[in-house]
Amino acid sequence: MEHIYINDNEVDILLNDIISLYGYDFSEYARASLGRRINRLFVLDKFVSFAELRYRVKTDPDYFSHFVEEITVNVTEMFRDPLFYKALREEVLPVLATHPFIRIWHAGCSTGEEVYSMAILLQEANLLHKSLLYATDINPKVLEKLRAGIFPLSQMKQYSENYIASGGKEVFSSYYTANYDRAKFDSNLGKNIIVSTHNLVSDRSFNEFQLIVCRNVLIYFDKPLKDKAFQLFEESLEKLGFLALGSKENLKFSPVGKKFRQLDNRQKIWRKIE
Amino acid sequence: MEENRITRGSGLVVVGGSAGSLDVILKVLPLLSERLLIPVIIVLHRKTSDDNILVELLAAKTKLPVKEVEDGDIITPGIVYVAPADYHLLIEKNGGLSLDASEKINYSRPSIDATFESAALAYNTQLTAVILSGGNGDGTEGLKAVKEHKGVAIAQDPSTATAPYMPQFAITAIPMDAILDAEGLAEYINQFS
Repeated sequence: MEHIYINDNEVDILLNDIISLYGYDFSEYARASLGRRINRLFVLDKFVSFAELRYRVKTDPDYFSHFVEEITVNVTEMFRDPLFYKALREEVLPVLATHPFIRIWHAGCSTGEEVYSMAILLQEANLLHKSLLYATDINPKVLEKLRAGIFPLSQMKQYSENYIASGGKEVFSSYYTANYDRAKFDSNLGKNIIVSTHNLVSDRSFNEFQLIVCRNVLIYFDKPLKDKAFQLFEESLEKLGFLALGSKENLKFSPVGKKFRQLDNRQKIWRKIE
Repeated sequence: MEENRITRGSGLVVVGGSAGSLDVILKVLPLLSERLLIPVIIVLHRKTSDDNILVELLAAKTKLPVKEVEDGDIITPGIVYVAPADYHLLIEKNGGLSLDASEKINYSRPSIDATFESAALAYNTQLTAVILSGGNGDGTEGLKAVKEHKGVAIAQDPSTATAPYMPQFAITAIPMDAILDAEGLAEYINQFS
């Protein structure tokens, strides 16, 4: 991005349009990141003026859908931060195993690489058959990719390395079928995944879970919105349930933080203690 | 220039570097005043695995507190912040630091351009941005934004850099306020103490 094309005032104007026309509220997103992504889109889609972008967003619902897909970050990986997955394997799944039925919510799951990673963990712990994985995102387009369970083949070498570092003992490629440049994951892994749109800004809790995974989503929110999301997670967790965040995220700054205890210092997993 | 130095660039120093830049940083840190009145942010290209080692290494070289940025940190004077591996680091206008795990920019995450650009928007004339040794062009676009917002742009003297390409690329593209070696850079930063 060479220059700043769209300034803060224009971002405000655009966000107001979007709230009133489409009901999506991005006003409490961290502004530096949001501004950067809107400017990135402006360059990618070769707009010549802010007015042109604004007109397109207001008048073309298909473009708006593309806009949401592009300004919300959908970069994700399988077994991202392998030691995090190792901690899930060793410290969280043995606790979940004691439940007759396991409900896990992946909030802001994007294209679902982490949901499939979890399904693999559960299968290896022989828990998948009694688990439901709720995969939600604000953005319906990324959820289509998740439903298909198809990911770029070019990533598989990295994912396989991550998987092994997470303590995986199987041959990673046994979980998918390679076809041209795509890897389609075993449909058995997707069987217990329930896919739905959910907006962390505006939607409420919809179930009670033993584990909520929300990694690198809240980093895009400002402090009040972050606190609101943490509140929502707290309300959606059973007592002694687990909350898993991204490697640089922290629950301790939130008002509900005192209701949780971090598992250990290195992985960002908390347990609801009251 | 002396007067400019006092009134401009006095709010935040952001340092970006790639290959060879750790050498310079390890020379600068021990020379920094313990009574520094501004925050210093360091953005380094590196592998994802060596996070803790890097922060410990930097902390051992200075009496100033060194902190790897976590989501939600508020910029505080006298602290040396390090951008975490695998995230872009952005500076918010309200004084917060935010992380961004989006696409790599020019094959880099963290991207020096992204941090410099957001810092330019947040700090304007109060920003000093420093580009160190490295083998690619990251940082130059960010320095353009710094100059557009009337901040101070400084490059490491390429003759002192292990990988002179990065500072040289910036010097060719942008009129620098100063071209300094490690001692000169420490001296520049220490005026804000």
